[in-house]
This record gives sequence, structure tokens and C-alpha cells, in this order.
Amino acid sequence: MEQPVVHAEGIVKRYGPTVALDGARLTVRPGEAHALVGRNGAGKSTLVSVLTGMERPDAGRVAFGGEPAPGWGDTAAWQRRVACVYQKSMTVPELTVAENLYLNRFQEAGGRAIRWRALRERARRLLAEYGVDVDPGARIRELGVEQRQFVEIARALSFGARLIVLDEPTARLDAAGIARLFGKLRELRAQGVAFLFISHHLQEVYELCDTVTVFRDARHVLTAPVAGLAEDALVAAMTGEAAGAPRTVRTAAGPVGEPVLRAEGLALAGQFAPLDLTIRAGEVVGLAGATASGNTAIGETLAGLRAPDAGRIAVRGRPVRTGSVPHALAAGIGYVPEDRHREGLVPGRSVAENATLTVTDQLGPLGTVLPSRTREFARRMIASLDIRTTGPGQPVSGLSGGNQQKVVIARALAREPAVLVAVRPTNGVDVKSKEALLGVVRQVADGGSGALIVSDELDDLRVCDRVLAVFHGRITAAFGPGRRDHELVAAMEGMAADGPPAGEGTAAAHGTDGTDSTEGTAS
Amino acid sequence: MTGTASPPATEAARPAPAGPHHRPGLARWRDFSLIPVIFVLGVIGFIVSPAFLTRDNLVGVIQQSTELGLLVLGEALILISGRMDLSLESTIGLAPVLALWLVMPAHGSRFAGLELLPTWTAIPLCLAVGAAVGATNGFLILALRVNGFIATLGMLTMLRGLQVGISEGRSLVDVPDSFAYLGRADWLGVPAAVWICLALFALGGAALGYFRHGRALYAIGGNPEAARAAGIRVDRITWIVLAIGGVLAAFAGILYTGHYGAVSAGQGNGWIFQVFAAAVIGGIGLKGGRGTLFGALTGVLTLQLVINVMTLGGVPPLWTQFLNGMIIIVALVVSRYTSGEKQD
Repeated sequence: MEQPVVHAEGIVKRYGPTVALDGARLTVRPGEAHALVGRNGAGKSTLVSVLTGMERPDAGRVAFGGEPAPGWGDTAAWQRRVACVYQKSMTVPELTVAENLYLNRFQEAGGRAIRWRALRERARRLLAEYGVDVDPGARIRELGVEQRQFVEIARALSFGARLIVLDEPTARLDAAGIARLFGKLRELRAQGVAFLFISHHLQEVYELCDTVTVFRDARHVLTAPVAGLAEDALVAAMTGEAAGAPRTVRTAAGPVGEPVLRAEGLALAGQFAPLDLTIRAGEVVGLAGATASGNTAIGETLAGLRAPDAGRIAVRGRPVRTGSVPHALAAGIGYVPEDRHREGLVPGRSVAENATLTVTDQLGPLGTVLPSRTREFARRMIASLDIRTTGPGQPVSGLSGGNQQKVVIARALAREPAVLVAVRPTNGVDVKSKEALLGVVRQVADGGSGALIVSDELDDLRVCDRVLAVFHGRITAAFGPGRRDHELVAAMEGMAADGPPAGEGTAAAHGTDGTDSTEGTAS
Repeated sequence: MTGTASPPATEAARPAPAGPHHRPGLARWRDFSLIPVIFVLGVIGFIVSPAFLTRDNLVGVIQQSTELGLLVLGEALILISGRMDLSLESTIGLAPVLALWLVMPAHGSRFAGLELLPTWTAIPLCLAVGAAVGATNGFLILALRVNGFIATLGMLTMLRGLQVGISEGRSLVDVPDSFAYLGRADWLGVPAAVWICLALFALGGAALGYFRHGRALYAIGGNPEAARAAGIRVDRITWIVLAIGGVLAAFAGILYTGHYGAVSAGQGNGWIFQVFAAAVIGGIGLKGGRGTLFGALTGVLTLQLVINVMTLGGVPPLWTQFLNGMIIIVALVVSRYTSGEKQD
């Protein structure tokens, strides 16, 4: 039998008293697409660090193709065996593709000066070998996300690595990009390249991988063929909860009420065409659309981050000045930004400070911010959202992804908004946190506010009472509670919806019969 | 001193998790990392010269710290909000010269002014000049979106040139008494400048620690996008901070002028290096969002003590520049390890 590309067993890694890996094992065979899943903090990243030679395990052994792993610190030897494409691009944006491919090894053996033409030629050959259609002379920053990933994969393969670790490769891709990436990965597998695929998207695991390994609480829980493994069982393995409990979709607890947010003729050139939107008290509305569809821009416009070219926004019947975040906040629009690292959190500051950023005017008299009140406020937030932290004073950068996201949501809820606008609220969090976060959004609506979820994730849209699909800046379809996932995906991809007729969709989009589409959904 | 940036530490509330990078409780002492250095400098000073531990000498050191201190205060606020302003060192000279030029008599003294305004307006004028310089920097950086480093470097050179042009390259000696008072007077046996400087640091520390607009500086410097999404008026506050920086530099100019009784042609020349050194040694992050005013103040005192000890130790004047630079680098390295944080 062929030797596995990598075989690790009994891996133990401790950071102080924290055990990050406890007897972990993993085996990946040549040409295999192996999924590694687990909740945040399950030990996936630590295992990747060990497998790529970034961290030295305290115990256990790693073998590549039957031979023991290279010595710790022998970077070149590790690079010849395994490479990791991280979520964050490890390319230099201002340099060309060719330069990035041969970074720090520009010259062929013996040469001194860099021969640019030869370098580009080598790059062209390398890219052609793996069928990557990218111009070697293009600058990295001009490329799309998945093209950058192709370049990184090609670079790793050029070192001789036959195992590529992909850390959440689809997090920043739209559906078309994901399709291209997966197509490429399948081609490479045919050439004998093995992939270790880390993802929070279980659908992708089913689509791409043949084996899945589940980690939980620093331990190996399960390795099984993907085919024949029910999604319930997989989620149960990840969360450690009994299988069989279906993930329930809760929709509105009661009939929806008065409109809390009404946008009329809202338009922003280059982003979205004039649209009307109504969100009623007690309902969660989804704004579904692929990455460049304009749905994010709609959310940002409602939050005041972008000034629309035309149109009005009113909250509870009162007009809101557009293009001003402070006015939107004061009017009662809470906002959860798309990317918590870029727009959500101030990394070095405490949980308390991050959670109270929108309410600093309520924490003391005369513009003061009293530390005691800040802490008190943060404690309430920590308790009500179940944020796992050592206390309000902990720097927010020390929290896990799901808990960081809860801090961002806590801030949006701090002012008790009339309507919550959340852009991809479960971006990059694990299954369990995802459910908790969506549960919070649901609660907000049940409490008499409205909520708008702007996302392309089916999981996010599942909690919505109705979903509007956005394609190329226009609302193209509207779906009530009885919708099917594939209809929604088709609408997001711009295909003619085989769901409700367009007329009904437009009407719902304009809010004239928004109640109709959500009636009878009490569960 | 005042409570400053980090809200009273709450790590103690529950046992902290022991991650690899987490040292519970230590963060609270970060602000005090220069105190041992200051103590050691005191001991060295005591050994080097009996004159060190005299009241006159120590008061002198502190008074000399006030002008640099005010510049550091302004720069620290600007750095915390994620910007920088190099032109402060020119404002300290230009603002007094411009103000005096407008009020001094047109005839009868060595320096011919314009006599446009009454003498008492000199101080408000001087501060207004500082605010105008800061606002101009703000216009360049925030409205035109040009590079802040080069823009304020250009302002530094331009304003220095403006000062030389107005003063015809000479020192301005006959300063009105009202203008010189604050830099010259003693209150309760200690120079007024020291009280004022301490009060301003206390005010700044309180603003950063306990007022919403002050606290917003950390959010703006730490992640401007997040601050904007949370409803903080990032540009407006940054603009105000730049103007405050200019006002503080102009105020430092008033104190300096009063202290020496004249505005020298090269007033403030080369200070910006010391200003940045003191701020960074004192724990202010150059990338924004980090540091406290108390730390910055200890940075100023450390630098001034070093210079004082060197002077008392009889270092040959031709070598002071070399030693000055070397000591800043040593202090930088020492503070990097006593605080346990990377400075970037």
C-alpha cells in the first residue's frame, strides 16, 4: 500500500497550562482531499502549525511519505513536503506573479544577477504545468482572491510539496470563485496532490472532500469517509452533542407589526439601483446576494457608512439623515459590519471598551465615561450574549472568533436599536457560535425590533422570515418562509428564479404585502 | 498623576487564562516601566555630582521639561489617534514671533512690528496661530488626503522659513512683560510653567481616561474603520486633535519665550526628534491606539534627566550630541524590555 503523504500520531502541544493538542492524529493519503473540521479552539490551527513545521510538538511524531519529519527549523526541508495557504494572503501585493512565485530564489543555481526574462519564462512554465491561467507579469493586487490562492498553491507545488493545507480558502470568495477554486483543486488531485481542507462550511466539505477528520477540545474525535456520513452526525461530532436533534429554524414568534424601517428610492450609483425596502417589527428580513451584488452596499448605506445618491430612510416613521453613522445610530439603526477585523474591533482594547463604543454618551454625566459603568454595562452584555471571556478587561484580540463577533453584535445592540442591520453576521465562526449568533438576531426581532441580515450564507438566511435576492444591484426576487435553498441560490446567481413569479416578488420587495408573505409562520 | 488610558484594570476580577502571551497584572505596570530608569538616573546623578540633588538643579530640570513636555503632550494625543505631526517644532518658534510681530510697536525698538493689535492680545494670538497651523495640517491630511508625514515635514520647513523671514533671522529680545509672565513667574516657589504643564497633563489624562471624546482617540488610532462604523466622527475628532497639538506647541512657545526672555531664531529647531523619542520611550505606539500620557511624561523626564546628568558630569560639549543620540537609543531598548512590548 502507498505511504500516506502525512501521518501524525500522538501529537501533544501545550501552551502553558493550556493543552492545545492532546494525542492528536491525522493521516492523509496521496491525492486525497481531507477535510479537517472542528469548532474554534478545537486545535485545528495548532495541528496545522505542527504539520507545517511552525511549531514543535511536545510529544508525538510526524512522518511524510513514510519518512520522519525534517528537523525543527529546517524551513527548506519542510517547504519541500507541505505548504499552507492561509486565510490571509501570503503574497506581496505590489510584486508581479513571477516575483511572488520565486520570491527569494530569483536566480537559477549559479547565477548572480536576476534575469527577468528567464524568471518570467520559468513562472509561465510553472503556471502552465498546473493549468493556472494567470499572467506572470501581472501584479498580485490586480488578481482576484482565488487567483492569488492559485499562485500560492503553484508556489507551494514548485517547492515539491505534495500536501497543501487550505485554511478557510472560501471565506472571501463568491460562489463563482469557489466553483473555480474547487475545479482547480480537483484537477490537482488527479495529479496526485493531497489537500487538507479546513472549513466551517460543511456543504463544501461534502462537495469537495472524500475523508473528514473531526477535532474537538484538542482531541481527535472521528475520521470517516464523507460519503455516508450524515450532516447531523458530523455536527454532533463537532459539538459533542447527541445526534439527531435537527437544527431547527425558528421564524417569527408572533405576527409582525408596524414598519420599523422604511427606505424609499434608495440608490447608489455603481452599487445598487433605486429600491424600496420595508422591515417590520418582529421580522427578520434577509438580503441575499453574492459578493459583488450590491447587498453589502445596501446594508452599509442603511447604517450611514455610505451616502446614497437618492432616496430616503425612515425609522419608526421618522426620517433619518443619510450618510451619517451618528444619525443612523441615534435613530435606532444598529449595525454589524461585514468584517469584524477591518471594521468591527479595535484589537488592542478591552472587551468592555469595544462593546460600549456606541454608547459612550450613556456611561456618565457631561461627556464622561465612568469605568465602573462601562464595566457594569459590559458585564450585562457578556452575560446576556454569553460571551466567553475572563472579564470585561480582557483585550478583545484574546477572544475566539465567535466571541469576538458577539462583542461586535453586543455593540450594535447596546443602543437597543429599532432595527438591526447585520452584514454576514456569522462570517468565520464555528457551527455552535453560528447558531448562537443567529439566535440573538432572532431574539432581537422577537423583542419587537426588526432585523436585516445581509448575507450570501444559506445558514444565515435560514432564520429569515422572508428573503430578498439581490443581483447586480437590483432586488430580483422575494421569498417567503416556504422557500427552498436551491431557489435562493439560483436567484443569487442571477438565474431566473423558479420560485414565486416576479410580480409577487417585486411587490413583497416594496413592502406592500410584506405581511402576507410572513403570515402564518408562527412556530 | 492622573489615571490615564487603560481603564482601571479588571484582570483581577477573575483569574486570567494562562495563554502564552498573557501575563496577568503586568499590563497595569506598563506605565511605570520608566520609573526604575528615572531612579537609576537619580543615583548616577548623585554619584556624578553633589550639585545634582539640590533643589535648584531639580527644579531647573523640571522647568526645562515643561516646554518639551507640552510638545510631547500634543504629539502623544496625535500619535494615539493614529497620526503624526512633525511641524510642532516649528510652531513653537513661529507662533510667538507671529503674535509679537502683530502687536509690537512699529518704531522705537530693534524689532519693528506692525502694531495692529493691543499688546494683551499677544497670548491669544499666539495660541490662535498654533490652532491655525494644526487646522492646516488637518486640512492637508484629512481633506486632501495627502501623506501626513511629508505634509507636516513640509509644514515644518515652511513655517521655520516664515519665522526666519518675519524675524529677519534675528532673535526677538524685547518681549512684552505680559507675554513673558507665564514662563518667568514662580507660583508657590515653583515655576508657574511646571504647574501649568502638570495641570495640562492631568487634564489630558482625564480626557483620555474618563471622557468619551478622549477615549474615542484610542478607537480612532486602533482601528479607524471600526470607530467610524461605531458612530465616532473620526475626521472631525482627528482634526480637533491636530489643532490642539498646534495650540499646545504654541503654548510651549509662550513658556519658552518667557523662560529665556527672547524668541531665538532657531527656537525649537531639532526638537521633534526628542519629542518622538520621549513619546516612544514613554510607551506611545507610533501606529496609533496605544500609550498613556503618564508614560509620555515619564519619557520626557527620563530624557531631561539624562541631559542634566551629562552636563553635570562634565561631558565635553563637542561630545554631547553623540551621547544624546546614543542615550536615546539605549533608553529605547531599555523601555522596550521593561515594558515587555514591541514598539512599532
